[in-house]
Amino acid sequence: MNHFIRTVAAAAMLAAVAGSAHAQAQANVSVKDAWVRATVAQQKATGAFMQLQAAKDSKFVSASSPLTPTVEVHEMAMQGDVMRMRQVQSVDLPAGKTVELKPGGYHIMMMNLKAQVKEGDTVPFTLVFEGKDGKREQVEIQAPVKALNNAAKPAHAGH
Amino acid sequence: MNQRNSNDRVSHPASRRAFVLSATTLALGLLAGCSLGSSVSFNGTDITGADFGRDFRLKDPTGQERTLADFKDKVVLVFFGFTQCPDVCPTALARAAEVKTLLGPDGDRLQVLFVSVDPERDTPEVLNAYTAAFDPTFLALYGDQERLAETAKEFKVIYQKVPTGDSYTIDHTAVTYAFDTKGKLRLKLSHSQSAIEYAADVRKLLHAA
Repeated sequence: MNHFIRTVAAAAMLAAVAGSAHAQAQANVSVKDAWVRATVAQQKATGAFMQLQAAKDSKFVSASSPLTPTVEVHEMAMQGDVMRMRQVQSVDLPAGKTVELKPGGYHIMMMNLKAQVKEGDTVPFTLVFEGKDGKREQVEIQAPVKALNNAAKPAHAGH
Repeated sequence: MNQRNSNDRVSHPASRRAFVLSATTLALGLLAGCSLGSSVSFNGTDITGADFGRDFRLKDPTGQERTLADFKDKVVLVFFGFTQCPDVCPTALARAAEVKTLLGPDGDRLQVLFVSVDPERDTPEVLNAYTAAFDPTFLALYGDQERLAETAKEFKVIYQKVPTGDSYTIDHTAVTYAFDTKGKLRLKLSHSQSAIEYAADVRKLLHAA
């Protein structure tokens, strides 16, 4: 019985994965290596990171998640020794170029979290992109949660 | 621009000689440093003798008041941050954990302190869980707004609330200060430096007599 449930669940998951892969193959923007930094209990904010690539010149304009209504796109920048973080209206995605949302640059900021985000969980996001023609496209992703202490290793180009 | 630079160089042979001379002196100094232990060069900025960052009086998550004297005989790394910071703070603490690992047995003589610039939201419980997620020996410190302001001033640290949406984030200085085993402020390390660079400096501070 247990085995049966697991099999069905696995099949459903496979179908879902195949479905989203298919959707992304048609989409202008592809999303890779998305992850969310875990929180500790009562910690109300965290960041999500990923790699974006658009086939045509586009902009990443917003993100939403069922976890919290407060999801913003932020940019972190060092000004001398001072770290500054600001909401940005959009992130440019030049055609064919991989744009990384990673520590030390852009991230998706989740605030007012109602519950702890635990390592091993998966966080759904809807990402909104806009082409030069003003046409908007939505991409649904599932981002795994990685440990709070996940070191921000520089991502390898083309990886 | 390039051309002007090269002209400058040509028109100041004396300063070039001086540069070569000082580079040679530096190299000799480094060699001497190896044998005599008199001059040590660091990856971080050497601020030995600084008239700031002398001490603090802050609480740990158990409510106990702490000062630098509590960490005597250890090299102390101090970073100011807040737990709702998604980027620079976890990166700094993950690096500090890596530094401790890189030090091997010497890691026991390293104390990492995380000073909250957000006492409003960083409760002792959150702070304790947060630093423990990186290393159980890391210690979070906090004070009320007044004590925080005094401490930040003493450490030349800037912090500023920035409203965003219906919440706020905090811009803050993201350097790491290193104290030697006698509790004297010695180095300012930058956020762009690696765990290997940090560990090399900590090792030098630990092994300098």
